[in-house]
Amino acid sequence: MTGEREAPVGLPRLLNAIPAHGAMSLAEHLSVHGEPPLARSRRARRGAGALIEEIEQAGLHGRGGAAFPTAVKMRGVAHARGRPIVVVNAAEGEPASSKDHTLLTGLAHLVLDGGVLAAQALGADQVIVCIPESSTASLQSVKIALAERQHASAGLPSIEPRTVPERYVTGQESALVNHLNGGPALPTFTPPLPFERGVRRRPTLVNNAETLAHLALIARHGARWFRELGTTAQPGSTLITLSGPLVYPGVYEIEHGASLSSLLHAAGGATAPLRAGLFGGYAGAWIDANQLPNLALRDEHLKPYGASLGAGVIALLSEDACGVAETVTVTRWLAEQSAGQCGPCVHGLDAIATSLEEVAAGTARRDAKQRIARLASLARRRGACGHPDGAIRFILSAIEVFAAEFADHARHGPCDACAGARELPLPATPRPAAALVG
Amino acid sequence: MASTRRAAPQKGHAAVILAASGPSAYWYLTRSTGAVTLILLTITVALGVADVQRLSSKNWPRFVVDSLHRNVSLLAVLFLIVHVLTSVLDSFAHISLLDSLVPFIGSYRPFWLGLGALALDLMLAITLTSLMRRRMGYSTWRATHWLAYACWPIALLHGLGTGSDVKSTWLLSLSIACLAAVLVAVLARAAAGWPGDARLRAGAVGTLGLFSLFLALWLPSGPLAANWARRSGTPASLLGHTSHSSSSGEKR
Amino acid sequence: MSHRLRVNPIACEAHGMCAELLPERITLDDWGYPILDEKPIPRALLDHARRAAQACPTFALLVERQSDYQKPR
Repeated sequence: MTGEREAPVGLPRLLNAIPAHGAMSLAEHLSVHGEPPLARSRRARRGAGALIEEIEQAGLHGRGGAAFPTAVKMRGVAHARGRPIVVVNAAEGEPASSKDHTLLTGLAHLVLDGGVLAAQALGADQVIVCIPESSTASLQSVKIALAERQHASAGLPSIEPRTVPERYVTGQESALVNHLNGGPALPTFTPPLPFERGVRRRPTLVNNAETLAHLALIARHGARWFRELGTTAQPGSTLITLSGPLVYPGVYEIEHGASLSSLLHAAGGATAPLRAGLFGGYAGAWIDANQLPNLALRDEHLKPYGASLGAGVIALLSEDACGVAETVTVTRWLAEQSAGQCGPCVHGLDAIATSLEEVAAGTARRDAKQRIARLASLARRRGACGHPDGAIRFILSAIEVFAAEFADHARHGPCDACAGARELPLPATPRPAAALVG
Repeated sequence: MASTRRAAPQKGHAAVILAASGPSAYWYLTRSTGAVTLILLTITVALGVADVQRLSSKNWPRFVVDSLHRNVSLLAVLFLIVHVLTSVLDSFAHISLLDSLVPFIGSYRPFWLGLGALALDLMLAITLTSLMRRRMGYSTWRATHWLAYACWPIALLHGLGTGSDVKSTWLLSLSIACLAAVLVAVLARAAAGWPGDARLRAGAVGTLGLFSLFLALWLPSGPLAANWARRSGTPASLLGHTSHSSSSGEKR
Repeated sequence: MSHRLRVNPIACEAHGMCAELLPERITLDDWGYPILDEKPIPRALLDHARRAAQACPTFALLVERQSDYQKPR
C-alpha cells in the first residue's frame, strides 16, 4: 500500500499545507499528498477491496461522533446484496463544529479522494457528497474541485454534490439516506440500517468527510504509517473544532492522546479564566475547569466524565459566563431540534427544558432535580435516533458540573451573567419548534 | 303497513308459504336487516370516532372499544349481505345483483338505490382493506379507512330515500337516533381536542351540522311528502300496484 | 431462540392498547408512550405479546426473535 514517495512524518496530516484562505488546487493537492492509488484498470479494480483490510489494520474509527470502526462498516456494505453507494457525510449539524466545513472549503480533493477510494474498495459506482444548504462556500469548493478533476475522472465512480437541510438530526445516517431517497431529512426506524438497504435500496456506506480524508491518506501511506500517531485504541490524528475564550479558536489537528494544554497552547492560550469545557458538542459532556490541566484527549481519559471526543468538538466556557443560562439556552434549542417524530423525545426534552428554565428563573419546585432526572430516564434510549440520548448526556453532566450555580439560581433566581450574551455558539436564525406530527 | 303492499308474483319456492298470505319473507327481511345494518354501522362509526379520542377507563379499556368496533363492523357486513341478497331475491322491485353492486343503474328508485350500492361498495372496500391492513401499511390503510365517513351518511340517505318505512315513527326516530349518536361522538371528540388541528375539528363538526340541517329541511319536502314514491323514481308499474291504498301506498 | 418486544417510536402514537393487553411487560410513560421490558418474553406470555402487537393501531409494537437483530446501542 505504501506509495513511492516518502510518507510524511508527524503532524499535520490532513491539514498539511492547507491554504490560509480559499481552496487547495488539484495540482497543489497532488504535490502535497501525491497521486491517490486509484484503480484505473479492470484488474486493479478487482484488487481494490484490499483497502478494507488496510483500514482494519489502521484501526480507523468514524469521525462523525459515534467512532464506529470504519472497516466493520465497509465490510457490512461489501457483504450486502446489490451495488453499493458511498455517501460523504458533511452535514455537520453540530453548531460548535466546523471541521467538515474546513475540509470541504480548503481540502475538498482529499475528501473526494477518500470517497472515490472507498467506492472502489466496495465496487460502488457513485459517491454522493452531502453539504448543508447554508454552506454555499463548501458547495462551491466541491464544484470547483470536481471541475478540476473532470479530465481524469473517466472510469472512476461518479461524484455528485447534494445539499441537505440544516438541522441537528440531518447528519444521522438514516436521515441522510431518507433525504437522498426523496423523503424528509429525518431519521427512520432501523433496521434496516443504511449498510443493508440505503440510498435507492442499495447498500450504502455513509461516512463522515474527515473519516474519508483519513482513508485517502491510509490508502497512500498504509496502516503502519497511520498508527505512528495516536494511541493503540485510537490510532492516528483527529480534527478538533476548538471554541471559547481563546486567542485563536478554530480547527486543529491533534494526535489522539495529546494533552488539552498543548492544544490550548497551540490556540494561543485562554483569554479569560475557564469555568469548564464541553467535550463532544451538544451531545457530549462537561468537565470542570480544575480537571482540564491534566486532561489527555483520548477517550480513556474522557470516559470517567461521561465524555468523548465525539465529532471532535471542544467548547470552553469562561468564568464570566453563566453555566446555568448556557445550559438552559442549549437545552431549549436541542428540544426544538427534535425531529418531532418520537413522543418520548418531543415531550421529554420539552419538559426538561421547561424545568430547567424554571430552575434558572428561581421559580422551580424544590424537587426539580429529581423531576429532571426522572424525565431524563423517560426520554433516554426511547427515540429512533440518538438525539434524546445525546441531549440528556449534555443536560445531566451540566447539572453535575454546574451544581453550585444551579443551586444558587434555584434559590435566588437569575444571576448577573444571565442577562448577558451566551458564549456557546448556536445558529443565529431560530428554527421551527418541533411538534409531533399526526 | 305490510298489509298495504300486495303480494308480488313469486318465482322462488322458498317464499311460497308466506307469499300466499301477503308480502314475501324477503320483503320483511330486507327492511329489517336494512334497519339493523344502519344501527350496527352507526355503532361502528361512533365507536371508531370514540376510539381515536382515547375514550377509556379502568373498566372500559381501549382494547374493548377497539374490538367492539371491529366485531360490530363485521356483524354489520353480515347483516348488509343479508339485506342485499333479500332485496335481490324479493321480486317486487326487480333489483338485480348488478343493481345492488353498481350504483345508479337500476330501474327502481335508481338514485336512492344507487346510494345503497355505493355504501355497499365503500363498506366492502373498508372491510377488505381492514382485514389486510397489516400488509398494506398504516398510512394507506388509514387513508382508505376515511371512506367510512362517506359510507355512513350515504347509507343513512339510502335508508331515508328508499325506505318503505320512513313515514312510520320507528324508522324516522331510529334514523334521528343514529344521527344523534354520531353527532354526540364527533362533538365529544372535538371537545376533547382531537384531532389537534382546530380547522379539521371545525370542519368535521361543521360538515355534520350541515348534513343534519340538510336532513331537517329535506325530509318534510322529500320522503315525508305525499308524492315521494313517484318523485324518487319508483317505476310506474309498481306505483299502480300500490296506489289503491291511499296514504300508505307511497310507502315502498 | 427467544422473543423480545420492540417499539417503533416513530410509528407509535401513544394509543396505549399494548399496555392494557400486556401489563406484565409494558407500562406507559407520562405522555402515554409505552415503556417496554426488554427481557426475553417467557413462553406463557408470548401469545399475549403477539395479541398486543396485533392490536396496535399503528403497528408500532413488534415481537422480534432475538436472533433476528442485535441492537447496536
